Amino acid sequence: MKTMNLLLSGVGGQGVILASTILSRVALLQGLDIKQSEVHGMSQRGGSVVSHVRIGQKVHSPLVALGGCDILMGFEPLEALRFAHWVRPGGVILYNTDRVNPSTVAAGLAEYPEDVEDRLKGYPADLVRVEAGRLAEEAGNRRAANVVLVGAASRFFDFPESVWLQAVEQSVPAKVVDVNRKAFALGRAAGA
Amino acid sequence: MKEVLSGNEAIARGAWEAGVHYAAAYPGTPSTEILETIGSRYKNDIRAQWSPNEKVALETAVGASIAGARALACMKHVGVNVAADPLFTASYTGVGGGLVLVSADDPNLHSSQNEQDNRNYAKFAKIPLVEPADSQEAKDFLKVAFEISERFDTPVLFRTTTRISHSKSVVELGGREERPFPQALERDVQKYTMLPAYARPKHPKIEERIQRLKEYGNTCPLNRVEMGDTSIGIISSGIAYQYAKEALPNASFLKLGLTYPLPEKLIREFASKVDRVVVVEELDPFLEEQIRLLGIAVEHGKDWFPLTGELTPEVVAERLTGSAPERGPVAEGLPVRPPVLCPGCSHRGVFVVLRKLKVYVSGDIGCYTLGALPPFEALHACLCMGGSITMAHGINRVMGEPEDRRNKTVAVIGDSTFFHSGVTGLMDMIWNRGNSVVLIQDNRITAMTGGQVTPGIGRTLTGEEAPVIDIEKLVVALGVKPENVRVISAYDLEEIETVLKEELDKPEPSVVITKDPCVLQYRVKGKPMTVDPEACTACGVCLRTSCIALGMVGEGDERHAEIDPNFCTGCTVCAQVCKFDAIRST
Repeated sequence: MKTMNLLLSGVGGQGVILASTILSRVALLQGLDIKQSEVHGMSQRGGSVVSHVRIGQKVHSPLVALGGCDILMGFEPLEALRFAHWVRPGGVILYNTDRVNPSTVAAGLAEYPEDVEDRLKGYPADLVRVEAGRLAEEAGNRRAANVVLVGAASRFFDFPESVWLQAVEQSVPAKVVDVNRKAFALGRAAGA
Repeated sequence: MKEVLSGNEAIARGAWEAGVHYAAAYPGTPSTEILETIGSRYKNDIRAQWSPNEKVALETAVGASIAGARALACMKHVGVNVAADPLFTASYTGVGGGLVLVSADDPNLHSSQNEQDNRNYAKFAKIPLVEPADSQEAKDFLKVAFEISERFDTPVLFRTTTRISHSKSVVELGGREERPFPQALERDVQKYTMLPAYARPKHPKIEERIQRLKEYGNTCPLNRVEMGDTSIGIISSGIAYQYAKEALPNASFLKLGLTYPLPEKLIREFASKVDRVVVVEELDPFLEEQIRLLGIAVEHGKDWFPLTGELTPEVVAERLTGSAPERGPVAEGLPVRPPVLCPGCSHRGVFVVLRKLKVYVSGDIGCYTLGALPPFEALHACLCMGGSITMAHGINRVMGEPEDRRNKTVAVIGDSTFFHSGVTGLMDMIWNRGNSVVLIQDNRITAMTGGQVTPGIGRTLTGEEAPVIDIEKLVVALGVKPENVRVISAYDLEEIETVLKEELDKPEPSVVITKDPCVLQYRVKGKPMTVDPEACTACGVCLRTSCIALGMVGEGDERHAEIDPNFCTGCTVCAQVCKFDAIRST
């Protein structure tokens, strides 16, 4: 297969890293090469977090090149827009519609732009809106929004659904497997 | 068996496979997970420990090596500065069991105070340098590094960067090379006692060792030639190689894994087979300068690739291919998400008070360095681990006893940083009759790096019970008067202010200690506070505590503060700054 380049952008605490782990496990289960990179450190303290995932026959760089992203998974609209220029023309911007206010907005030092979704439409990419929070709640836990997004992204890969579910099971704690399986399924249906 | 591992996890695995018996480190991004992994996955075979600082960690590893065990010490790039003293002389003594020092550098300063290129240490200390380019190599090369260490009787510097340490890729796992723990301790005074008479003859020996290593590099399995299109020959190592290979997969490559000393013959041969040589490397022109000194024409190096920051695949590709892909515009004017103190953080109240007191705050390395950012701007200098106390003392030495309290100094330091290298600074301040206030924010953990135990909490890396190093008793033993050691709550703003004022007015050193634990690592979550919209005047004073649980909602007369109960831990700091009693416990 041609190498798939994904960027996962969000806010510390949204489960970007777990979503990246699931994608990596799927690739490994499919016998493919995988490189994944993110920077941890100060990100758990409310900062922007971005993870690069590359899946293919042989992957060299762990980073997706600017302008070479096939699928941008935005865990938050503003964070999708922040990385929208990374997406190649004809790529996919898949994003969660739930807002998380930056600390600067909460403190009254900045405004959350009202036109984020309109500005996303200006990029030459296919937009996929996912109400990940609502779907995760429907699955049983709002915190599974990250797995909803993985489900939505799974539509763009030719991997069997059973392999995805196996990767989800390997990546989440045993007591929340069922919620996450549901979240994945709802996301996969929403990613159409 | 295959697994997806980060570079750090792969190094830990490599240590296990290499039969390492001892590993020590001080936590520091991006190196921390190496010891965390050893301490959890491999603790039955490797005796592993956090040390109070990097110098201590390396010295203990030298000891284990003298005893005959394979030993590993791990640290971030600036940690090697702390450990440089034993490193340079361990180069002279050589090793018993193999000794490898991992330096995890942080180009682009993702979580660091500078972006020094630690490859230079190898040349400076005259020891071999090994650089992996992905997780598989991180594991495999570490094993070769131990062989080099023993074969050439030298410590080996094993250098990664954030993109190697924190990137994950597929690793084929191997078994452990079983080696017995050392039984008898051999004595070799001339080898390990660096008196001038014994050290002097070592210097020519290490110069000769470098020559032998240079020869070894020509056939060493860590260096590899990948001949392809000979119109361009790329010499590279580490992450830079991956970006170059991605850009020009069919070019000819000399991919170096042993990057000091450089294999002269191999480089000359490679250069003679290609039309032009391009050196691709991150940060300093470490390879380029040495290759140019061989008299080899380097067509492009640092004229193409930046001296600062991380390389990126697009920067490397644009230079090597001469073209850039089509891209959409960068979205301008978006609000940023800077890192902030967590809701309920035990540093918040202290910075609210320090801002109010307008004293000069000499800071240190930890989450509390965020006190320098708006809206606090209540931390005025931060240099290095432990530097808060000593800088405060230096300022105090030349300022004398200021009339205005604003010219007085407060040093703010965390528990782990105090144990690391704050203790000697406090000794200095006491001995030399300083009079600053040292505020030790003991949050019972090394928080910034993700929550590692400290000498103060009675547990080791591997979870065993341990004696508690008691900060209060320690500072009194050093000579701070018992009445000048004050333990206060990090959440009582009035108490913080009163005590700081009292201690600032004393003509001798004081130590003020808070002991409230890190809310993130200890999962502290009390009942959330709420805002009474009627009482709230939307004045915004609460927002100046910089808490992401707080925000303003509504317009006009309806505008008021609001607290997100999912984030709020009920720490009450915002309620204490509210002048209208509008924020209350539920």
